[in-house]
Amino acid sequence: MKILVPIKRVVDYNVKVRPLSDQSNVDLNNVKMSVNPFCEIALEEAVRLKETGAATEVVAVTVGKQDSQEQLRTALALGADRAILVESDSIVEPLVIAKALAKICEDENPNLIILGKQAIDGDNNQTGQMLSALMGYSQATNASEVNLSDDSAEVTREIDGGLQTIKISLPAIVTTDLRLNEPRYASLPNIMKAKKKELNVVSLSEMGFDTSARTELLSVELPAQRAAGIIVESVDDLIDKLKNEAKVIS
Amino acid sequence: MKILVIAEHDNSTLKGSTNSTIAAAKEISTDISVLVAGNSCSSVSSEVASLDGVTSVMVADSSIYENFLAEDIANLIVSLSDPFDYILAPATTFGKNFLPRVAAILDSQQISEITEVVSADTFKRPIYAGSCIATVKTLESKKIISVRSTAFDGVSAGESQAPISEVSSTDALNVSSFVKEDLAVSDRPELTAADIVVSGGRGMQSGDNFHLLDSIADKLGAAVGASRAAVDAGFVPNDYQVGQTGKIVAPDLYIAVGISGAIQHLAGMKDSKVIVAINKDEDAPIFQVADYGLIADLFEALPELDSKL
Repeated sequence: MKILVPIKRVVDYNVKVRPLSDQSNVDLNNVKMSVNPFCEIALEEAVRLKETGAATEVVAVTVGKQDSQEQLRTALALGADRAILVESDSIVEPLVIAKALAKICEDENPNLIILGKQAIDGDNNQTGQMLSALMGYSQATNASEVNLSDDSAEVTREIDGGLQTIKISLPAIVTTDLRLNEPRYASLPNIMKAKKKELNVVSLSEMGFDTSARTELLSVELPAQRAAGIIVESVDDLIDKLKNEAKVIS
Repeated sequence: MKILVIAEHDNSTLKGSTNSTIAAAKEISTDISVLVAGNSCSSVSSEVASLDGVTSVMVADSSIYENFLAEDIANLIVSLSDPFDYILAPATTFGKNFLPRVAAILDSQQISEITEVVSADTFKRPIYAGSCIATVKTLESKKIISVRSTAFDGVSAGESQAPISEVSSTDALNVSSFVKEDLAVSDRPELTAADIVVSGGRGMQSGDNFHLLDSIADKLGAAVGASRAAVDAGFVPNDYQVGQTGKIVAPDLYIAVGISGAIQHLAGMKDSKVIVAINKDEDAPIFQVADYGLIADLFEALPELDSKL
């Protein structure tokens, strides 16, 4: 069984992102870049399935600029067997990413594709479902548990209000939620080994479909700040304020 | 301009996220059709038909839609999509599951989780966990949009009843099937629908200590939530989580107890009308967004609050 894990290079989870002074975009100058945390969870799940013998090969893939090779090397250090970069000149939209991944799926014929439920930059939560639709595969989003058998998987999904379990037939798409697993850290020997693993580069522009943007980013601003609040002295003071000033309790 | 709104419901009652999505649709156009797909869901369709702003209701009543499997729901929406300029769904786990499928099949780049309608083709949406707000213009002729429910005040019943029509079901795809559902059962209101939310963080120190919040929540008719730190520490189940990767809430009153206020948590609650923070660390970032801050040991403040409410 072959598992494909699409990943994304994003601003590190700990960076506080701000708009550029002209508000044309977010300021990404000199910020730390990492593998999207949900993608790390996806990769971890795939590597664990290989370690249990359920899968035979884990292929990491990303659609991005040349610098995304850095994140693919991280994926290789975390246990992917080989990696593919679909290289683009610019950052592309989720639908373009999904179309590029669909081309990779046609070549690679994976049995299972595991992706993060969303990337923490655009917070779109689209790519996995789009890829699933383009390929005509079944899907299970927001997975917190995956039980794989030969031709199907039983996946527990985190939904509003609780958990839902569905059975999907393979090939299928699974997108990961936070509690699926806790990703490992790459060890130094594995980081060294990763440098020798296969990393192929293919060009997005040669894939033969329209990659132009369908949306325009007009501006990026800080969210409205809340007016400064006050510090109350006691529980009595708090109850008084909530009853008589804010009038939110009676 | 014709809008199709996809209703979220549980086959017997309509979810408030639908009312909010219709409210967003009203800011775009006056021609709003709502699709109710489900199984034996006639009570839902009549409720939808009574809502302010709804001009027509389409019902696809079939067992294949009972559990809202993404593949079948998306297939149905695509089959009905032709006359519509917009397709809107709530940005909940319900809407997020199928809407990008619809967008991919119709070859349209979706706009996710809008919080404001600027004009018919331009919308505001949070990015980077709400650290920034992007204004995005779509060039698509068929616009596929998910709506953050807490950003729009839901419509209520209007004066007229919109006509209800049955639409034909699509053939079952049989690529996925429902196994089971474990929904949290509680006498308290649901987190995303509650007027008051009381949340605990790592400062609660244990799951047992959440009973201190339960008692206050019961007196206030509030829902109980938690920060990711409290969920990760195993104090409470995941469906309590308020934040970027949990639930987005915007109640009239949000009481954060023992929560430091990480950006990921603030992303889930900072649109609440009134925020109260109780924390013994006066430097906790939560105080920067709180309207009322109480610097106190929660194990003393909570019992006192409980007894005085």
